[in-house]
Amino acid sequence: MEVKEIDQVMEKYGSDPADILGILMDIQEKERYLPRETLDYLSKKLDLPMTKLYRMATFYEALSLKPLGRHQIHVCMGTACHVRGAARILDKLESQLSIKAGEVTPDLNFGLKTVNCVGACALGPVVQVDGEYHGNMSALKVERMLKKYSGSENKEAE
Amino acid sequence: MVNITIDGQQFQAAEGQNVLQAALDNGIEIPHLCYHENLSSYGGCRLCLVEITRGQRTTLTTSCTYPCLEGIVVRTDTPEVLKARRLVMELLLPLAPEAPQIQALAREMGISEQRFTEEEADNCIRCGLCTRACTEMVGAQAITFSGRGYRRAVESPFGEEAVDCIGCGTCVYICPTGCIEMLDRGTQRTLPKWKRTLELKKCTKCGWPYIPFAQIEFARQRGQEPPAADWFDLCPNCR
Amino acid sequence: MFRLNSVGELEKLRAEISEKRDTGKPCITTCLGTGCHAYASYDVYDALAEEIDARGLKEKIELRGTGCHGFCEQGPIVVIFPSEICYCRVQPEDAADILAALMEDKVVDRLLYEDPVSGQKYEREDEIPFYKNQNRLILGQNRLIDPQNIEDYFAQGGYKALAKALTDMTPEDVLAEVKKANLRGRGGGGFPAGVKWETTRQAPEKEKYVVVNADEGDPGAYMDRSLLEGNPHLVLEGLILGAYAIGAAEGFVYVRQEYPLAVDNLSRAVEQAQGYGLLGDNILGSGFNFRVRIKRGAGAFVSGESSALVSAIEGQVGEPRPKHINTAISGLWGKPTNLNNVETWANVPFIIERGADWFNGIGNEGNKGTKIFSLVGKVNNTGLVEVPMGIPLRKIIEDIGGGIPQGKKFKAVQTGGPSGGCIPEQHLDTPVDFDRLQELGSMMGSGGMIVMDENNCMVDVAKYFMNFLKDESCGKCTSCREGTKRMYEILEAITKGEGRAGDIELLEELAWVTEKTSLCALGQTAANPVLSTLRYFREEYEAHINEKRCPAKVCKALIRYTIDPEKCDGCGRCQRNCPEEAISGELKSPLVIDTDRCSRCGICLEVCRRDAVVVE
Repeated sequence: MEVKEIDQVMEKYGSDPADILGILMDIQEKERYLPRETLDYLSKKLDLPMTKLYRMATFYEALSLKPLGRHQIHVCMGTACHVRGAARILDKLESQLSIKAGEVTPDLNFGLKTVNCVGACALGPVVQVDGEYHGNMSALKVERMLKKYSGSENKEAE
Repeated sequence: MVNITIDGQQFQAAEGQNVLQAALDNGIEIPHLCYHENLSSYGGCRLCLVEITRGQRTTLTTSCTYPCLEGIVVRTDTPEVLKARRLVMELLLPLAPEAPQIQALAREMGISEQRFTEEEADNCIRCGLCTRACTEMVGAQAITFSGRGYRRAVESPFGEEAVDCIGCGTCVYICPTGCIEMLDRGTQRTLPKWKRTLELKKCTKCGWPYIPFAQIEFARQRGQEPPAADWFDLCPNCR
Repeated sequence: MFRLNSVGELEKLRAEISEKRDTGKPCITTCLGTGCHAYASYDVYDALAEEIDARGLKEKIELRGTGCHGFCEQGPIVVIFPSEICYCRVQPEDAADILAALMEDKVVDRLLYEDPVSGQKYEREDEIPFYKNQNRLILGQNRLIDPQNIEDYFAQGGYKALAKALTDMTPEDVLAEVKKANLRGRGGGGFPAGVKWETTRQAPEKEKYVVVNADEGDPGAYMDRSLLEGNPHLVLEGLILGAYAIGAAEGFVYVRQEYPLAVDNLSRAVEQAQGYGLLGDNILGSGFNFRVRIKRGAGAFVSGESSALVSAIEGQVGEPRPKHINTAISGLWGKPTNLNNVETWANVPFIIERGADWFNGIGNEGNKGTKIFSLVGKVNNTGLVEVPMGIPLRKIIEDIGGGIPQGKKFKAVQTGGPSGGCIPEQHLDTPVDFDRLQELGSMMGSGGMIVMDENNCMVDVAKYFMNFLKDESCGKCTSCREGTKRMYEILEAITKGEGRAGDIELLEELAWVTEKTSLCALGQTAANPVLSTLRYFREEYEAHINEKRCPAKVCKALIRYTIDPEKCDGCGRCQRNCPEEAISGELKSPLVIDTDRCSRCGICLEVCRRDAVVVE
């Protein structure tokens, strides 16, 4: 991330160390993770020890020290989705992608995460991919849904 | 000063001082692991539980975080308190299988069998004394808690070499389980848990590599000038 | 947008807006709340806009995107005003028919709500049983308001309460009114808001803060989200009133980052309110100064706990602090801080405008006003419902919720999220309020109400909640960090068929120590789901442990998928779709599932057209 960009983010928050979480979240949104060099820079500029930044980055679910997938799959594990069978859908995704929740595929194409309630309970079980909602999901529908986001499908469309 | 009662006995304590310290000052033992009188109170280990009555309300709470207020009545040994402490200790025990102090404390509390097991126990009980000492006493701020819940651990940032660590050894001394090692070999000091290696300065008289250069530099950077420019040339024994 | 320098100017503007709005002119509203958004309601809105344009009716018909109506099961929802015709499950392709019908003063019959049991159709929104049985005091405004347009809020009488307070009432008057109304916190604690306000006001430090807790973390609960998305000014007005009453000059709204639309709409609302002089210095010329800042959460349930939230706003890690330090006396940066839930704040403008006596007319003894619940799970009419306190639970689930789908049998309803418990059939006539639910071993909580049927395993439900809590525990205190972990281990073993005699007793011991010795409410209430399911469904636990059997046929390790040879016609659909290649046999003859390869994914059950797949 360019120094100029980091400065812009800091300025948005008045370079106030109390707003460090907001700053980190903006960077996470831009870069899909928190690059080490960016944290080093923030540590110096905001006069915050690296331990504090590392602590924040590992405490909050929304922050990650490793790049997220190009397509982030969020399986809603809210109670309503759970009682409608969300666990089976997660199992199928894990087996299909060969990764566990919280991980990213080796080609960085897909990241899989569980989230707690996206608030679309009427459509449960819900899977969100890149912010797009897939409702009334089932283990059966998983493969078809994934095809939409795989490179091969896009190439075929072209 | 305020008047407080502990186990039926009246004491005077400084207002606002924590109940645990007030008890210890008056010779009353309350088991504790994450408390140190020179550090801020944390209230994490939950061993120092006592029953405190203030006005109409009685609560079971940690004595290290509760302030001495006028008229509070403290009980350190009710059956409920002892049962609570015992169960808390049962939960801590599996984390520190090779920590003699913890094992001894458990036996003292009447725990004979271990009902829970931990597969990869690292002997760290997450008391936070090392991190607080590093931040509050020393000021190096080299190590930290990371993660959340049962995944919470103490480590150096990114799990790599703790570059801000000055090798003072405070964390080693303050740790109640002894899970932090500090090894001096020749002119090198290593703290494996923080993946830290430091060079030691030799005493010009006896040749003992006795202090990390980093520690001297750290003190200087903070404006802590030694009594003389060559103060650190001699080790404490030779001074 | 221009600065309003007095209450008089506000009322003048309001009158102008009302006059400008030709009440005869039809308005088509489309719900753009996150629930309907997931059903592509934005596409419906665009299609309607295109259709209006194509017919040259842009000046004659207003199209408005609103916040959540609450009837999420039937989304996307479109309501026509002033006739109040309600269309359900609208698709973009329906736009032409909707416009055509509107022009001819008719209705599109196929889009009307149809009762699943009686088959009856309803035209008007307020006739539909789902809505009719509610008291939509707060949520009802959503359907009329475009959350991005403050003028809609003015048109509904918005900021009248603030105007009244700043002209006719002292801060003490406002506080007294809220106290008199017996408004109890809607975030879960049920603590009297007025008392908390008073403690904060009377605290010696002059600098005070007010905070909106919008970190709604209970899975399955989304009431606060819909309020913030759909009517942010209502919450803001409540907050400004509170700041006035308490004497705070600065406020914060702490919103979870998982609610981007709420953050957006709220930010815009704050900007607009500032522009109109309803926030900032010298509000409406009264001399009262108050500003609001929005802070986002970053995915930690525990940060919704009051003391943890205070830490998070200060820029620390969102971990709870020891609780004998009252936030109202020493909160943000050591200053008195009043923290309330979104819905609590949303009640305040109504109380100030209509009076505490009116508010006390709703609800029952000790529990006044309404409560918004998210009614979800195994229920026909999934959505947000607002009812008076004290309404029987059965009425919510049957009259409003429309009962259990597919004719299945009700088993339990979970209230209070991970801190709450399950309520079984025999207690369905209990009035829903803070105190009664607690007597049953549950709690009101923030309002999540998850209905379960005969196909839900209660041990699995307990395990689900414990899994959530062990992952969300901050890990600071031994009791919660290790307690939730160990309780989860036992529950997991039980669901895997590895339960042992003594497990229930051990769970109860761990429940005791977690409740008694944890630092904060997350740990202190963590055992509730276990304890309440043990209280009412102990036989299910015993079946898992002693017989290695899951009566509800949910726990994977204890069930088998088999094919009934009498029903199977060998079509092969299951075989083709089985991801484990566990189904064998020749086409046209009954197929067989290899239990060892079967992963219990349920796909065969889904695709079979002959009902031949049996779970046992």
